[in-house]
Amino acid sequence: MSGFITIVLILLVFIIIYQIGKAGEYAAVLREEAKSKAATNRTIAWLLVAFFILGMYGIWKCNQLFEGKMLPPSASEQGVNYDSMFTVTLIVTGIVFFATQAVLFWFAFRYQSTEKRTAFYYPHNNKLEIIWTTVPAIAMAALVAIGLRNWLNVTSDAPKDANIVEVVGKQFNWLIRYPGKDGVLGKRDFRKINDATNILGLDWNDKDNMDDIIAQNGELHLVVNKPVKLIIGSRDVIHDVGLPHFRMKMDAVPGIVTTMWFTPRFTTTQMKEMTHNPDFVYEISCDQMCGKGHYSMRGTVIVETQAEYDAWMAKQQSYYAMNNAPAAPAAGAEQQEQKTDSVKAVTMK
Amino acid sequence: MSTVIIDGPNVTQGIQTGTEHHGHEHHEQHFIWKYIFSQDHKVIGRQFLVTGIIWAIIGALFSVFFRLQLGFPDQTFPIMEKFLGDWAKGGKLSPEFYYGLVTMHGTILVFFVLTAGLSGTFANILIPLQVGARDMASPFMNMLSYWFFFAASIFMFVSLFVQTGPASGGWTTYPPLSALKEASLGSGVGMDLWLISMSLFVVSSLLGGLNYVSTVLNMRTKGMTMTRMPLTIWALFFTAVLGILSFPVLFSGFVLLIFDRNFGTSFYLSEIFIGGKALPHIGGSAILYQHLFWFLGHPEVYIIMLPGMGMASEVLSNHSRKPIFGYFAMIISLVGITVLAFLVWAHHMFVTGMSPFLGSIFVLLTLLIAVPSAVKVFNWLTTMWRGNIRFTVAMLFAIGFVSMFISGGLTGIFLGNSALDIHLHDTYFVVAHFHIVMGVSAFMGMFAGIYHWFPKMFGRFMNNTLGYIHFFITFAGAYLIFWPMHYEGIAGMPRRYYDYSAWESYKQFISMNGFISIVAIIVFFAQLLFVYNFFVSIWRGRKVTVQNPWGSPTLEWTTPIKPGHGNWEGEIPEVYRWPYDYKDDGNGNDFIPQTTPLRPGEESH
Repeated sequence: MSGFITIVLILLVFIIIYQIGKAGEYAAVLREEAKSKAATNRTIAWLLVAFFILGMYGIWKCNQLFEGKMLPPSASEQGVNYDSMFTVTLIVTGIVFFATQAVLFWFAFRYQSTEKRTAFYYPHNNKLEIIWTTVPAIAMAALVAIGLRNWLNVTSDAPKDANIVEVVGKQFNWLIRYPGKDGVLGKRDFRKINDATNILGLDWNDKDNMDDIIAQNGELHLVVNKPVKLIIGSRDVIHDVGLPHFRMKMDAVPGIVTTMWFTPRFTTTQMKEMTHNPDFVYEISCDQMCGKGHYSMRGTVIVETQAEYDAWMAKQQSYYAMNNAPAAPAAGAEQQEQKTDSVKAVTMK
Repeated sequence: MSTVIIDGPNVTQGIQTGTEHHGHEHHEQHFIWKYIFSQDHKVIGRQFLVTGIIWAIIGALFSVFFRLQLGFPDQTFPIMEKFLGDWAKGGKLSPEFYYGLVTMHGTILVFFVLTAGLSGTFANILIPLQVGARDMASPFMNMLSYWFFFAASIFMFVSLFVQTGPASGGWTTYPPLSALKEASLGSGVGMDLWLISMSLFVVSSLLGGLNYVSTVLNMRTKGMTMTRMPLTIWALFFTAVLGILSFPVLFSGFVLLIFDRNFGTSFYLSEIFIGGKALPHIGGSAILYQHLFWFLGHPEVYIIMLPGMGMASEVLSNHSRKPIFGYFAMIISLVGITVLAFLVWAHHMFVTGMSPFLGSIFVLLTLLIAVPSAVKVFNWLTTMWRGNIRFTVAMLFAIGFVSMFISGGLTGIFLGNSALDIHLHDTYFVVAHFHIVMGVSAFMGMFAGIYHWFPKMFGRFMNNTLGYIHFFITFAGAYLIFWPMHYEGIAGMPRRYYDYSAWESYKQFISMNGFISIVAIIVFFAQLLFVYNFFVSIWRGRKVTVQNPWGSPTLEWTTPIKPGHGNWEGEIPEVYRWPYDYKDDGNGNDFIPQTTPLRPGEESH
């Protein structure tokens, strides 16, 4: 009932506004159309000026409002370039934005219709066209140059000594696999997945899997100042590993292995101090729509010193030991060839 | 220019009533043939417009619902339960239906409103009227185009009411999410209906597009060379070309998806474990769908933008009482945009793990498109320079269009540069960018067109006062809604989240989200005000008493105030000059109609 009354009320308001508007227009026609039209025109011109001024004030206000709520400086070395490139692009586009908007509103106000004015017949000027074709083209070329340098840098091959960690998305959490002591991720097969005992489908015939460690709570431990290469995959639909603090992002696609690498600059503890926020935490957000729990697909990154990392790692039990302790694998002759396969799986692009 | 000029008298292509009766034929035609299954391009255009408006209300209402959830995640709104029933039990939107609403909002606004409702409306109404034709090349196909759209609408509407809800994987419906019933409720029947609906929509779009292109190429009146066409026609022409070349690719993507969903193929599926079991699919590529989708998806952005550009050009020129500046530069930039539109699709996929080299190519081509866009903006600004500007409602919306196009276009420079896109991809920065540039800006162009040509469509004016209110609330509201979203995006806030409260990195934006939601609701009601103005003015608006109320040189204003089927009584007028001759005609008028022969000694443009 209340909904119905609301609708009736809204309709009533519309009718009243419409009738007032209509009456106003008829009154204007009666009074003297040309004169009232000129008055309206003047009013609108001033309203546009007011709009522009209020708009600029709004932008300033908005900046103030968001100050302190934005991201801290990039937590990865690769992201530092992002930050500076963003600033450059912001300055270039900012200048164009203020200039063109100002001109737009200024022209609207300055050349509003008056009795005395006649429009200036000015159909074209090739010189002007050439100027405002080449200037944006040069500006774009510069931005493309900066962009491609950074893009090729970010997408370059990871250094050989980079730590390797696998991040696998599933509805709706992140599974993190560390290669263990051997530094090699073993082979996995989606047909071997079992939610209770083998969440990533690790192939127990591959001895590289024996020491692999899986964190099911989505906790990604990284060493500060040490490059890390993430091997990214998905069990079901497309997800996306979003690391806003590191300015990094990569899709997790079922059936395809994607990678990204970066070097963390600040430990979580340092970040807590820098942001004056004791609750600060690096978060992994899923950035590709993946179903009803998409918004809750959260992981965390813990960046720590090598010593802290080693201490933490020493406490971890391999996934094999946790789930398959009694049954020893039928290993043996097979192992040799399995090993080559696993290398292929890791280096696959 | 060696263009083909069809010599009048033009034929009406076998319309049931003879051409010699035009002007009187409405006495003979039954209501059904005149208003429902009409083959008159003007009626079909209005059908597209009204259907588009109805869809726009539904699509916008959905955004109000999900904005309530986003702005006030810890509150309940019992009124939602009235509308949505079990999907909003106790006034709290369920996550499944939240995603359903988001998906439907996108699909409806992008395809049903800003494609069919925009180019369907104005290509139909303006092309024959402005090129001087009695109707489209094939009025029957034109009618089918609307009815295929209508059928698509029915399927989409029905999908809102199925038990598992409408499609809910986002308007892009990426597989495997959209391909597997186990992955999401919305990937059930709702997704099948979505695919059927969209396939019908593609058919509608092709029937319409082929008609628009052939009409522009073959049905122009005597003297109407290509370079004497108004920019609206140029823009609508390229819009149709874009649609014809890209929609079939989308269709092929849909066909493969339908096969994957129902017939066990593995085009998009590989190595998937879901619902407790491993699926047999191996070897497909989920990324393939994204290529097929965005091969339409990106040109689609320009399918949405170009009509607005054309209409804004026309309206800005007319109400500044000045010729459009750089007519040829405008055409060349339209060509540039059309060609480049096909070569930039993968910039939507920079973070899918694509080859970095391929990514570089797409960066280059994407930023290249900024050049013709910049040329257009500078030409619009110069068109206003030293004009004699009348602030009609249409003119205000055209100014708003330019303002929004600048704001939204500039943020595209961030997103097109892959090194920046890595961080900004799928954040609110993207949401802000495309809503401003192809949402609000395209709507502004559309409103400019509606207010400007309403007198031609219905023989009456829309109410100005309401129009001014509508404009200022929309203009201010759009900036208030989308400007703050840029900041959220720069801070990394992902799009398509149901609730941000659990996130340490994003929860500081909750109060800002509340503010955005409140403005969105106000803007929604301002649009209802427009809808009210539109429908009431059809019957109660101030009557048009002069043939050419805006003082425009173009051909549509040489028809009777309420043109019948066939548009002109008697011969179709001949054209002697370009459509922007805003100069003294020697009789106190500040424009010269295209139908006025050149004066002795006068040079053609």
